[in-house]
Amino acid sequence: MSKPVKEQEPLWRDEFSVSKADERYVNRRQLTKFLTLGSLGMFAGNVWILVRSWLRKVPVYPRSIVARAGEIPVGAVKLFQYPKPGEQCIMIRTSENTYVAYSQKCTHLSCAVFYSREQDRLECPCHQGYFSVRDGSVLQGPPTRPLPRVVLERKGDELIAIKMDPEV
Amino acid sequence: MYGYEFYVDPSRCIGCQACVKACEECDTHRGHSMINFDFVDRAETIATAAYVCWHCEDPTCAQVCPADAIKKGEDGVVMSALKPRCIACENCVLACPFGIPKIIPEYEQMMKCDMCYDRTSVGKKPMCATVCPSQALAYLRPEEIAHRRETPSNVFYFGAQKITTQVYMMTPPGTDSVTLDITEFMWEKANV
Repeated sequence: MSKPVKEQEPLWRDEFSVSKADERYVNRRQLTKFLTLGSLGMFAGNVWILVRSWLRKVPVYPRSIVARAGEIPVGAVKLFQYPKPGEQCIMIRTSENTYVAYSQKCTHLSCAVFYSREQDRLECPCHQGYFSVRDGSVLQGPPTRPLPRVVLERKGDELIAIKMDPEV
Repeated sequence: MYGYEFYVDPSRCIGCQACVKACEECDTHRGHSMINFDFVDRAETIATAAYVCWHCEDPTCAQVCPADAIKKGEDGVVMSALKPRCIACENCVLACPFGIPKIIPEYEQMMKCDMCYDRTSVGKKPMCATVCPSQALAYLRPEEIAHRRETPSNVFYFGAQKITTQVYMMTPPGTDSVTLDITEFMWEKANV
């Protein structure tokens, strides 16, 4: 007998039910709608990522003279900005003819790393993250990625930064 | 609390207002008393009446709520308006035939008696019923109330509107409903 009464009730009573249990009830149609729209959204997101990677441009790095050979003694450092002004990098003369350069931004939380000559490594003072001077790899601490290296080229007695490795 | 019902008997009320104070102690609405306390006709009589929300089967307050903020639980308790939804429009205050909902202006929210939900949901009696010295507000099993002279009734007629409630009113013996004609009640002979 209760069924005909229910049919007479206006729609809003059903849609805005007074009962807490009715309001929380999710019917099959709502769940299907959510799943369909949700997966559609995920698909659209994936397509967007794909399109963005297709359209990605190869970054162009400027050539800039960092220093002259013999400008700094062995074991000393020179700070410079590359590839853009404001992006601090550090160059170290590790031996008579070897120069290495890295981005000075720690890959953990972007503190400035410095060169410790005693330990022969790059140290981040914020959380004791240490990097190798040879290749910029992480020796200890919270960073997970190596320091981006600045690729140097020697031309005569000029040291020229040509690109970042890996690209940043 | 399963097996317990709330009974209101205004004829037993002695006007001590212990329920009003005790209600403020309830954690769901601390500091705000949700008891409706009335001096029935202060000039003529010392009669008082204290009552709680009747927790209607089909709550008028919730039906008129434009924000869908008033909800009834599966145990039949009609809750205060949900804070994120309530717009303090006072529709419920105007619509409730019993005059139960209260707007708390500083919260911009409607609050009402929720049968001390933090207590009754864990097997304790509501605050007011525990302190009432004359048991005008009583939270008992039906068999415990049966020895009283009055008959519990939970059907109210407000003109054409029939309301079935969860809380019982103790009515004269042999009565099965309470009928109130508001227009007749408000009629004042002196104005004719």
